[in-house]
Amino acid sequence: MKKTIFAILVSLALLAAAAFSQSQSDIVIKLTGGTKKVIALPDFRGAGATAQFADTFNRTVFDDVQRSGMLNMAAKSFFPLNPPQQEGDLRGAPATACGGRCLADWAGAPVNANYIGFGYLAEQGGQFVAFGHLYNTAVPDVAGAKIFRKLYNAPLTEDGARQAAHQYAADILQQFGVPSLAGTKIYYVSNRSGSKEIWVMDFDGSNQKQLTRFGSITTMPAISSDGRRLAFTTYAKGQPQIMMYSTETGRFIPFRNSQASMNATPSFTPDGQQVLYSSTVSGFAQIYIAGLDGGNPRRLSNSRAIEVEPKVNPKTGTDMVFVSGRGGLQQIYRMNMDGADVERLTTGEGEASNPAWHPEGQHIAFAWTRGFAPGNWNVFIMDAASRETVQLTHGQGRNENPTWAPDGRHLVFSSNRAGGSQIFTMLADGTEVKQLTTQGNNSMPVWAK
Amino acid sequence: MRNRHIATSLLAASLLIFAAGCKKKPPAPPPPPTPQPTQTTTQKGPAAVIQSFTAEPSTIVRGESSTLRWEVANATEVTIDNGIGAVPARGSRQVSPSSNTTYRMTAKGAGGDAISAVSVAVTTPPPPPPPPPAAKASLSERMAKDVQDVFFDYDKSEVREDARATLQRNADAIKAILNDFPSAVLSIEGHCDERGSAEYNLGLGDRRSTSVKEFLTQIGIPAERVKTISYGKEKPFCTDSNEECWGKNRRAHFVGVQ
Repeated sequence: MKKTIFAILVSLALLAAAAFSQSQSDIVIKLTGGTKKVIALPDFRGAGATAQFADTFNRTVFDDVQRSGMLNMAAKSFFPLNPPQQEGDLRGAPATACGGRCLADWAGAPVNANYIGFGYLAEQGGQFVAFGHLYNTAVPDVAGAKIFRKLYNAPLTEDGARQAAHQYAADILQQFGVPSLAGTKIYYVSNRSGSKEIWVMDFDGSNQKQLTRFGSITTMPAISSDGRRLAFTTYAKGQPQIMMYSTETGRFIPFRNSQASMNATPSFTPDGQQVLYSSTVSGFAQIYIAGLDGGNPRRLSNSRAIEVEPKVNPKTGTDMVFVSGRGGLQQIYRMNMDGADVERLTTGEGEASNPAWHPEGQHIAFAWTRGFAPGNWNVFIMDAASRETVQLTHGQGRNENPTWAPDGRHLVFSSNRAGGSQIFTMLADGTEVKQLTTQGNNSMPVWAK
Repeated sequence: MRNRHIATSLLAASLLIFAAGCKKKPPAPPPPPTPQPTQTTTQKGPAAVIQSFTAEPSTIVRGESSTLRWEVANATEVTIDNGIGAVPARGSRQVSPSSNTTYRMTAKGAGGDAISAVSVAVTTPPPPPPPPPAAKASLSERMAKDVQDVFFDYDKSEVREDARATLQRNADAIKAILNDFPSAVLSIEGHCDERGSAEYNLGLGDRRSTSVKEFLTQIGIPAERVKTISYGKEKPFCTDSNEECWGKNRRAHFVGVQ
């Protein structure tokens, strides 16, 4: 079952790759072989002022490529001592090993790499410049082995080095049909300032910045599909209410809350023109929809139960999943936008919450306590049509609030497995788990374009 | 010679009489002789003399003490009554009588006794000032002291049987408090334990606070002076991961808001 779903995810990547294959057919065909190819990424060395940022650059490239899950990483300890830095360093296939300057040095044992990414860093006109290459080690002819050579310009800072590295890694991954996550952001909740506030960071955990400063409880962020609007729930004015924020201008946008003891768990429709949320305006917390400014609110669900976390299918825009206690303990349900055709998606075992749609609208990721004591959440993926599920985390603490990366291959979630609540990313098969936060308690991540 | 002396004496006496008669007033009689120790020493030795016997201060507040001091001469035995008994000829003694008391000193001497007395007046201490008008307890103090939390079962918002009794008691206190603080509003906070999702628990905390509000308004708390707020699991009272702690966190908590 797990294989089935992951195969679907891989096939999604392959579809994307197929679209790209018109120009890069050789790479895509190799990928369809099923086994992961191996890439060698010898460290770039930096000339002049760029030397101090070489570690950051190399680590970032390595992490991005590794996290993609699309390639296996050749062990650095096996690398020849003299890797190429520029095209001219490479010699044609020799009779014997040439210390790293021949592609055969990388193709053969003990490295056994199918690809090599190499280059160097230099300062040019006060800028940070990375000269990045990707070669196919299996092609005997040096000129034919070249996949690309590119220059990456960035500010001469550590952050600049990271930007250039993300771009270089994105170009490598693109050859394998993997969409880049470079430039994507993760919004989340952190209490490290002393109260729960909304923070934002790059997808790899760098550049962590505080967005709100209410000194209250501010939580449950949601991002519009274009990444331009952020909605969240805050106690800044007493009772929990929804607020709206423009990620472009850095300003709050007026949102009129209904007169209720609670308006919370907002999310956007796929077109970004409406907001769904849970409100107690009629008593029990129920699902509502309103305009972007909170105007014209309408009730969508109708039960005497607690219902929260409405999430509209990003592909169809015509149905939604949500969490309800209408059948007992909280479970995940689906219904049409008009509230009709309600069906329970989870089995009724344990408690289920935090549904998040895959960008393609076929699968949801969610948190479930099935098989564990109440409160011990694990991340699952469900095929919303067949209701087949795959469990991605296995009892390492509480694992909650999974949301998808724009690439549809990664998930971000919170877990207390390492003490305190922290934010992690992983591939949709549960591998390549990486911790992004360490300061304070961090939770409720959402991944934005 | 002797006759001449007598004649002279008579003359002097007559002159004296004459002189006195000239003043028309009889001369002041000489003071009576003080009992001079010497008077009786010849046979019995000197009489006791109390040269001083004082109480300082002579007026005390009950519970305080006064010091008796004395100095006696020629005494063979000195005693003070009121339980003090024999004392040396010269000394002092602290006394703390509980009411007006006269201390009598008797000094016995070979040639006679002497007696003296001092009084110590005892006054009742003035009553302390009345207790300060009971410092008015603040709204939050009254709420914390008089209004008890009520607790819920897991994933439930129904008011439990034990909570009903607590709410009945709370209602009286709340009425009194709202009466004493006419501008105050009762805020009922709904809280949950850490196990449910944060999102669902916002809705659950809201149900808990609403159930309690409904119960209280049915027994006479004016609805317009009650508001509810759900904290879900955002403000736990207890952070351990066990049932004891979870049970404490599944509560409705009461706060006064001015």
